[in-house]
Amino acid sequence: MSEQAHVARTLADHLPILVVLVPFLAAPMIVLLGSRILAWIIAFSASLTTVFIAILLLLQVHEGGVISYHIGGWAPPMGIEYRIDAANAIVLLLIAAIGTIVLPYAVRSIRHEIDQKHHTLFYTAYMLCFTGLLGMVATGDAFNVFVFLEISSLSTYVLVAMGAKADKRALSAAYNYLIMGTIGATFFVIGIGFLYAGTGTLNMADIASYISANGADRTIKTAFAFIMVGMGLKVAIFPLHQWLPNAYTYAPSAVTSFLAATATKAAIYVLLRFMFSVFQPDFLFEMNAIKGIMLPLALVAMFVASLIAVFQTDFKRMLAYSSIAQIGYILVGIALLSTTGLSGAIVHLFNHGITKAALFMAVGILVLRSGSSFYARIAGMGKIMPFTSFAIVLAGLSLIGVPGTAGFISKWILVQAAIEQGWWPIALAIVASSLLAVIYVWKVVEVLYMKQPAEGLTRKEAPLSMLVPMWIMTLATIWFGFDTDLALTAARSAADGLLNGFTMAGGH
Amino acid sequence: MRHHLILRVVTKALIGPIILFALYVQFHGDFSPGGGFQAGVIMAVAFILYGVIFGLNAAQSVFPTWLVHKLMALGVLIYAYTGVATLFLGYDFLDYGAFDPHHPAHGQHWGILAVEFGVLVTVTGVMMAIYYAFAERRPRISDKDW
Repeated sequence: MSEQAHVARTLADHLPILVVLVPFLAAPMIVLLGSRILAWIIAFSASLTTVFIAILLLLQVHEGGVISYHIGGWAPPMGIEYRIDAANAIVLLLIAAIGTIVLPYAVRSIRHEIDQKHHTLFYTAYMLCFTGLLGMVATGDAFNVFVFLEISSLSTYVLVAMGAKADKRALSAAYNYLIMGTIGATFFVIGIGFLYAGTGTLNMADIASYISANGADRTIKTAFAFIMVGMGLKVAIFPLHQWLPNAYTYAPSAVTSFLAATATKAAIYVLLRFMFSVFQPDFLFEMNAIKGIMLPLALVAMFVASLIAVFQTDFKRMLAYSSIAQIGYILVGIALLSTTGLSGAIVHLFNHGITKAALFMAVGILVLRSGSSFYARIAGMGKIMPFTSFAIVLAGLSLIGVPGTAGFISKWILVQAAIEQGWWPIALAIVASSLLAVIYVWKVVEVLYMKQPAEGLTRKEAPLSMLVPMWIMTLATIWFGFDTDLALTAARSAADGLLNGFTMAGGH
Repeated sequence: MRHHLILRVVTKALIGPIILFALYVQFHGDFSPGGGFQAGVIMAVAFILYGVIFGLNAAQSVFPTWLVHKLMALGVLIYAYTGVATLFLGYDFLDYGAFDPHHPAHGQHWGILAVEFGVLVTVTGVMMAIYYAFAERRPRISDKDW
């Protein structure tokens, strides 16, 4: 901070903060201007800028290396540090890209699903949620994670509740999510409190070096347990998933597509960061927790949630349960505790994000035309809305994990990782639960193409502003099914970075 | 409240000092306990007291709901743009030293004053919004029907 030492920063040095700051500035700006058209323009240009920043950041770190940014010029561990490496750069890009692609889609979708007087507030809450998710991922400060977690969660509750125009149950879903989410956040912050008590610092890299130097005492173990449960609620790990189906079903379609692809993914990233970077992977207590608790729960989620999905009669709800099952796959990848397993988990996080975004967008289009996503209402849509239905088939194939789609790549790596460890039953379980996915996706295809359409529906294809974003997502699932290099390299260096913790990058 | 002459007179006499005290807490936050959060609440109290004594409509004609919403956003923007200003001056985000490179400590004072003003504006707005949100609610069942 001394006068002589100061070298003027350029824009390029500020990228780690700008990725959070740009959407954050957009939110109050939208309220201040209070115009619906301007709201969309501001939100879209802010999120598009964020995508560019995220790409620039990823290019800087995708082959390893760390960017550290000090807020207010206060050096860590005293000050708040933003820390970008391969692992969070890829998640930042995922969140920024999905957030941007959903926005053009949202225009028509929310005109149908949300009261007009709430539109500017919708964009504000959307931008705040976007900021919160990006901030959770970008920051290197444990307490800052909690702050951003709250920013994203509080705005998410508002966004979910906005589905109340179409279905009043959105209010109770949002309230339920509020209670569960608050319990999760409270557990998380109690964990952070214990960590602070045990180590005397809030900087994640600093906590990591303290734990690796001094080992973990009981306070730190307790912190680990609280953080795991708190984030587990946000991730929707199997027995903590109760908020998810209702929140996803009753939220407006644009919100569901955004949240399904980003919110749980950001939470998984935070979980990974704490499990592998802050606490050391060879820390025995953690190993027991992962092998003895997380792995069985993940396996249960894969089967139970898939089975529940098979018996749903509402397309949107079915997808929500399928999300819980897919989170199971990601957790299995994490629980394998190897570079291959972890990169499988990260690739699946990415691939499932784009697949689910495509599917939920398609649901939104069906809802726009037929009024609801019940199988009885969307029957026979294959002939009426060929573009939408075909996208559902393609994205559905990716959900199953058919070769040539993104879903195949990540499941393949997960199976490979399981075999690498000699855990054949787990490899078999992944394949077996994919068969359940075949059943629930087939049921939708059957409804769309082989049933007679219900009477009295608007029979036309969806507007382009909704079709184009959905098809971008659908084509992305195909693209990442063939061009595996990009995602895999990034995921592998991310996994390496996570497993080596903060030690590789040299701390401070 | 028409009959409560004392309440009305005392309220009118108090509103000015309350606002003044809010500003004191705000600007003296550097040297003694205080700052934007406390000052914002005290500032809002002046208007809430007016609303309680003279009625919601009177309060809302002085401090309309739309203004409350804009103020909440404006305060956040003041805070954030203070940080953006330091970016443009070639320093890190919210590094207040930027405002006076020769005397970083003076720069810190300026920076803190600016962001605390943002906090004051937002907290005042939020307190008013909470008050209006509760005061505007009409009871489902009128008191006589109980």
